[in-house]
Amino acid sequence: MNGYTKKEIMAISAGRFVKNGDIIFAGTGISMLAATVAKRIHAPEAVVFFETGGIDPTLEELPLTVADLRVMAGTSVNSGLADALALLAHPKLRVIAFLGAAQIDIYGNLNSTHLGDYIKPRARFPGAGGACDAASLCSGVIVFMEHEKKRFVEKLDYLSSPGWLTGGDSRKKAGFKRGGPVAVVTDLGIMKFDEETRKMYLAEYYPGVSPEEISRNTGFSLDTSRAAECDPPSEYELKTLREEVDPQRLILG
Amino acid sequence: MKVSSRINDKVMTAKEAVSRFVRDGDQVALGGFTVNRNPMTLIREIVRQGKKNLYLVVHAQGQSMELLIGAGCVSRVELGYGGLARFAPTGECFKRAACAGTIEVEDYSNYHMTLRFLAGAMGLPFVVTPSGLETDIVRKSGFSPDARGQGKVPKHKLKVVANPLEAEEDVVVLPPLHPDVALMHVQYVGEDGTVRIKGLTFTDVEQAKAAERVIVTCEDIVPTEWIRSDPDQNCLPHFFIDAIVHVPYGAHPTACYQYYDYDPTHLNMFKKLSEDDQSFRKYLDEWVFPFETQGDYLAKVGASHLLKIRSSPVVGYAKGLDRR
Repeated sequence: MNGYTKKEIMAISAGRFVKNGDIIFAGTGISMLAATVAKRIHAPEAVVFFETGGIDPTLEELPLTVADLRVMAGTSVNSGLADALALLAHPKLRVIAFLGAAQIDIYGNLNSTHLGDYIKPRARFPGAGGACDAASLCSGVIVFMEHEKKRFVEKLDYLSSPGWLTGGDSRKKAGFKRGGPVAVVTDLGIMKFDEETRKMYLAEYYPGVSPEEISRNTGFSLDTSRAAECDPPSEYELKTLREEVDPQRLILG
Repeated sequence: MKVSSRINDKVMTAKEAVSRFVRDGDQVALGGFTVNRNPMTLIREIVRQGKKNLYLVVHAQGQSMELLIGAGCVSRVELGYGGLARFAPTGECFKRAACAGTIEVEDYSNYHMTLRFLAGAMGLPFVVTPSGLETDIVRKSGFSPDARGQGKVPKHKLKVVANPLEAEEDVVVLPPLHPDVALMHVQYVGEDGTVRIKGLTFTDVEQAKAAERVIVTCEDIVPTEWIRSDPDQNCLPHFFIDAIVHVPYGAHPTACYQYYDYDPTHLNMFKKLSEDDQSFRKYLDEWVFPFETQGDYLAKVGASHLLKIRSSPVVGYAKGLDRR
């Protein structure tokens, strides 16, 4: 890849999913960049909120956690978790969530809890946090992942946050009124989900990356028949991301 | 300081508050969220007093949980999230204790934990949400079966049942929380005991109302006339509070809106030292055990350092702070 880093193309590609007017539930890390860059470039009316209770902050400086003081500055409302998490399920709002995880399966179910045995784990991660709630309740989810075989797995060690469950209409049957993963943005490309089977397929690969490389790094059989090359980040997108959104490279690294 | 008779028996030192109101084996709700408004002065005092077998109930923590687990004060945790985001994607002490089996862990989501505190605060017998259906949160229990129904451990972690009003759908039914004690750090307490939190309240208010005992530390104790001149800003009346401790920078190294930012240098140092038990011991020896008072602790942190994280009165955080 020339002229930009993987984190930069991830943030910009994910940001392109944001529509003007969307209500965005942002997590930590790269999702902060995606939401902020989208707001600066093509979705100024999008509203970003955080599970901690900060609604529509100015984001003049980049928050490093959802409890950062920067999510409380210049907001329309400062509240708490009960209010903010209730927004996820509000029928009037189209809420899109950006989430990350340690593992994902072909139906976009996520593990952010542990590896190995639950009682005596081999590795422990922070837990479901607000991601389970967003994945259960909101209108759509965009997932960030590092594209590695050990992360794109046949079977999760723990299902922390519900995606399309076992595919087809299983999500609806389980009792979820809406939502489900829309896209998975990785350091290699963008996956989407088949409308009928709800299985993940490769939609776009970044310039310089091949669909074969992506298949090789996926721990289940990935349909690449619909894949096309992704538009590289524009000069303007990169400039905005680097100079306005994360000038200290706190998340871009 | 002029304190009304209503609270003068409640204002005390951190040492007295912890020895009177935190007991071994207590179920403890921690205020704040990850790196914000953690009641750190109280936490250091709990570590110094060597409290044991604490049972933490939290949504997303955090520096306070890390220190308590690392120091061996905790045997059981119910949580949504155990980390400090950019400053430790998973808490190092939490991770190590969970993998070694020195603490028992039961996972919920943040909304689950929030609703459970809310149910406790409202006196509801249970609370209901569709969040988490078909996940391992509803399938797996982390506590041993013989702990069920003992002390504060709920008889059922949760239950998935048919919605009694619309039987076609399932819902997750969760037990309320009634912690023995809630710890919180806030910006203001009035001389009448009224509590005011600036910025986000997280779940502090629900936690305080759900708990049997509440210890509040604060940046400032302010005159009654001042705190009552704008009561819309207040969040708890005096009668919920058992102990009030006046400790400026009482959340350091976590943040306190309009007062100071999180301390990136300290949090990065903590992350490194908390990666193994031996170096964590060094952290305790250097930053926790020697300081009986907040003044002594702040002298160790240093004035020039505190100035760097001081909040701008315009935006409430430290503008341009080097956060690498």
